[in-house]
Amino acid sequence: MATSDVTIHETGTTADRPLLEIRDLAISFTTGSGEVQAVRNAHLTIMPGETVAIVGESGSGKSTTALAAIGLLPGNGRVAGGQILLDGEDISHASEKRMIELRGNIIGMVPQDPMSNLNPVWKIGDQVKETLKANGRPSGPDDVAKVLAQAGLPDAARRAKQYPHEFSGGMRQRALIAIGLSCQPRLLIADEPTSALDVTVQRQILDHLEKMTSELGTSVLLITHDLGLAAERADKVVVMYRGNVVEAGPSLELLQNPQHPYTQRLVASAPSLASRRIQVAKEHGVASNELLVPGEGVAAKPVMTEDVLQIQNLSKVFKLRAGFGKSTDFTAVDDVSFNVKRGTTTAIVGESGSGKSTVAQMVLNLLEPTSGKIIFDGVDTSALKPKEIFAFRRRVQPIFQDPYGSLDPMYNIYRTIEEPLRVHKIGDKASREKKVRELLDQVSLPQSTMQRYPNELSGGQRQRVAIARALALDPEVIICDEAVSALDVLVQAQVLNLLAELQSRLGLTYLFITHDLAVVRQIADHVCVMEKGKLVETGSTDEVFEAPQKDYTKALLNAIPGARLMLPPEVA
Amino acid sequence: MIQFILRRLLQVIPVFLGTTLLVYFMVFALPGDPIRALFGDRPPSEAVIAQLRQQYNLDEPFWVQYGLFLKNLFTFNLGVDFTGQPIADTLARVFPVTAMLAIEALIIQGVFGIAFGLVAGLRKGGIFDSSVLVLSLVVIAIPTFVLGFALQLLIGVQLGWAKPTVGSNVTWGSLILPAVVLGMVSFAYVLRLTRASVIENMNADYVRTATAKGLARRQVVTTHVLRNSLIPVITYLGASLGALMGGAIVTEAIFNVPGVGQKLYQAILRSEGPTVVAIVSVLVLVFVLANLLVDLLYAWLDPRIRYEN
Repeated sequence: MATSDVTIHETGTTADRPLLEIRDLAISFTTGSGEVQAVRNAHLTIMPGETVAIVGESGSGKSTTALAAIGLLPGNGRVAGGQILLDGEDISHASEKRMIELRGNIIGMVPQDPMSNLNPVWKIGDQVKETLKANGRPSGPDDVAKVLAQAGLPDAARRAKQYPHEFSGGMRQRALIAIGLSCQPRLLIADEPTSALDVTVQRQILDHLEKMTSELGTSVLLITHDLGLAAERADKVVVMYRGNVVEAGPSLELLQNPQHPYTQRLVASAPSLASRRIQVAKEHGVASNELLVPGEGVAAKPVMTEDVLQIQNLSKVFKLRAGFGKSTDFTAVDDVSFNVKRGTTTAIVGESGSGKSTVAQMVLNLLEPTSGKIIFDGVDTSALKPKEIFAFRRRVQPIFQDPYGSLDPMYNIYRTIEEPLRVHKIGDKASREKKVRELLDQVSLPQSTMQRYPNELSGGQRQRVAIARALALDPEVIICDEAVSALDVLVQAQVLNLLAELQSRLGLTYLFITHDLAVVRQIADHVCVMEKGKLVETGSTDEVFEAPQKDYTKALLNAIPGARLMLPPEVA
Repeated sequence: MIQFILRRLLQVIPVFLGTTLLVYFMVFALPGDPIRALFGDRPPSEAVIAQLRQQYNLDEPFWVQYGLFLKNLFTFNLGVDFTGQPIADTLARVFPVTAMLAIEALIIQGVFGIAFGLVAGLRKGGIFDSSVLVLSLVVIAIPTFVLGFALQLLIGVQLGWAKPTVGSNVTWGSLILPAVVLGMVSFAYVLRLTRASVIENMNADYVRTATAKGLARRQVVTTHVLRNSLIPVITYLGASLGALMGGAIVTEAIFNVPGVGQKLYQAILRSEGPTVVAIVSVLVLVFVLANLLVDLLYAWLDPRIRYEN
């Protein structure tokens, strides 16, 4: 650095010098039980104008690395070693004053969750304005509106006067992108910028982000758990696993020829890249990637024709209060009919607000239909007497989305799984315990799990517990409401495999509610696509995926990250 | 918004009727004859007693007594108490004193509680935070009357920094010591509430986003942490106003403050129904209005809460 020829070289070709270079970065957290190393020997390079993605599961250190680059590690975290070079300047231990200068101006950030990253008590415009002001830029109402409009927010001047709760998730994310890019930073850190959004919205937002950053020449550090998304959006992909960078390289190259075993597993189980339904392994103990066999698909299954569930002209109208005793009708589900064959999986897909969860709740008999019929095994469920409903519940069980919220934190796992047996007065204490042990075996959890509490288990383990609880009463139908949406891809693949295996072994019927078409591809035999309460398309999974009839379905399919990437069959 | 305020004000009516009825009934149900109690050892003639009973409507059944009370109330004729003084005069004398005391106490607990809580929350785990936490626990654990007597002895008598008692000549300055005692417990709660709220908000995603925007720490704290942290604190402060009025009974007794508490206590001892009910009615009004104010403040602080029709 001190020699003059180096200096000349640097000033001459700034484009050749990386904008951000992370060298041997180590980050540790001080916890109650001592220092924990969250990141070890991380290295990555971002050239000006380049987009680099860090991919990894939760806890891999990907977000921690990105936060270190903008000096926002949580209070107990610190850079324990290595360098973070921003345009040649090491900022790994920069003063707070220097970091305040850099943040916003040179390094912008688009955070993960649009619901929690805008302050609920300030107008959107104020939150943009303070960013402009803090970085010494013009911050009049017109400037604020301009920034918001550039991020694709329609009617920006008026919307700037609204509060975050008056915005949809997608709109909020646009506002956050506007804030992140408002001062035209040279580097934008986008931490899972769309993981909380519907796929079609996700696609619009990412497209817009890509357009804006390429116009401004901004480099992007994209953090994501979705390999398909990373490969589609980034020039280079860096794979992190347990705090280490295990592999890095140009996106397509890395995807087509993964070297590290972890990357190979990730490529194999990325739902967005998998193209066939999970086939049940004949033997136990097969690794998840071997379960994704391309080929026959649904045809391999024994064909069952009996309709266990018949949904006929189902509608649900909610009354919305509109002041002074008046109310307006909101039709959440509008004249929906479909049948579910015994022993198969039917998926209902749609975006938030499409009415898919409302259908699930009505099928579970938790919500009364406004009109229409749900016929379960030949009997209309709306005509059931309380006692019959009790018996019905035994045969139809739910698994919900949030394995954190749906298990009682005060119940240990034994009590959680045993509760339905006790409620339905099945067996005595000894036989119930035996049953719980069997159920834990079925979902591949060790029997020692019985004595533990939900907060001691990982997300995947909790969802296994939820499955065991649902299976306790030997139900015929299981309603999975976004049952794998909260899980990391690898865990998601494991749970989906488990569900497929249980289906073939126990002859279960699944009604699978999800927004994730990639998951549908892996688990479902039949698909119902819902839009704004209406059923717009139904068909077998292969029909719908290969020849979608409706524009809406096409848009949904197109929006799957990585859908356009072509992979050699031996990888997928 | 105006409709919301009007509706809330209309709600005052049933609340008011309910509380006065309840209090009136409880005074009515007190054992012992208030007129005989007035005269102590030398009982007056039966004629005098009968005349007094009639004057205060004590010979009427309960519903008639209550009805007459309401009628008088709505014609702004509160009547006289057993010593012959107009109740309206008494109210006009005692309420300003207690109001002054409550306002001082509210300022002490609000301003100091929020300030200390904010600093403690921002320096979580530091020396200031730890010592303030321990001290606030001590304050919460000590009953008001112990704290009152201790401060009266220490500051009023031994150090001589303030008058140990207030007496009839009430000034803002003379009320500081009683106000400190009165506001102390709530101060400790406000402090702890603010601290917890600040700590929670410091970890909020939008605070991190604000830092990522390039805002200086001071700006992050004032615009993003403080306002959000005040929401639960304001609710508590509103609810504590009632406790301030009620708690004033003990404090006013210790420091000899001629306020509502003292008067109410005397009136209860004498089974003076009309005085007790009159005082309680005003307290109810204050309480209801204070809570309305809190609701409005709440909506101002948190735009997600909007009072629609």
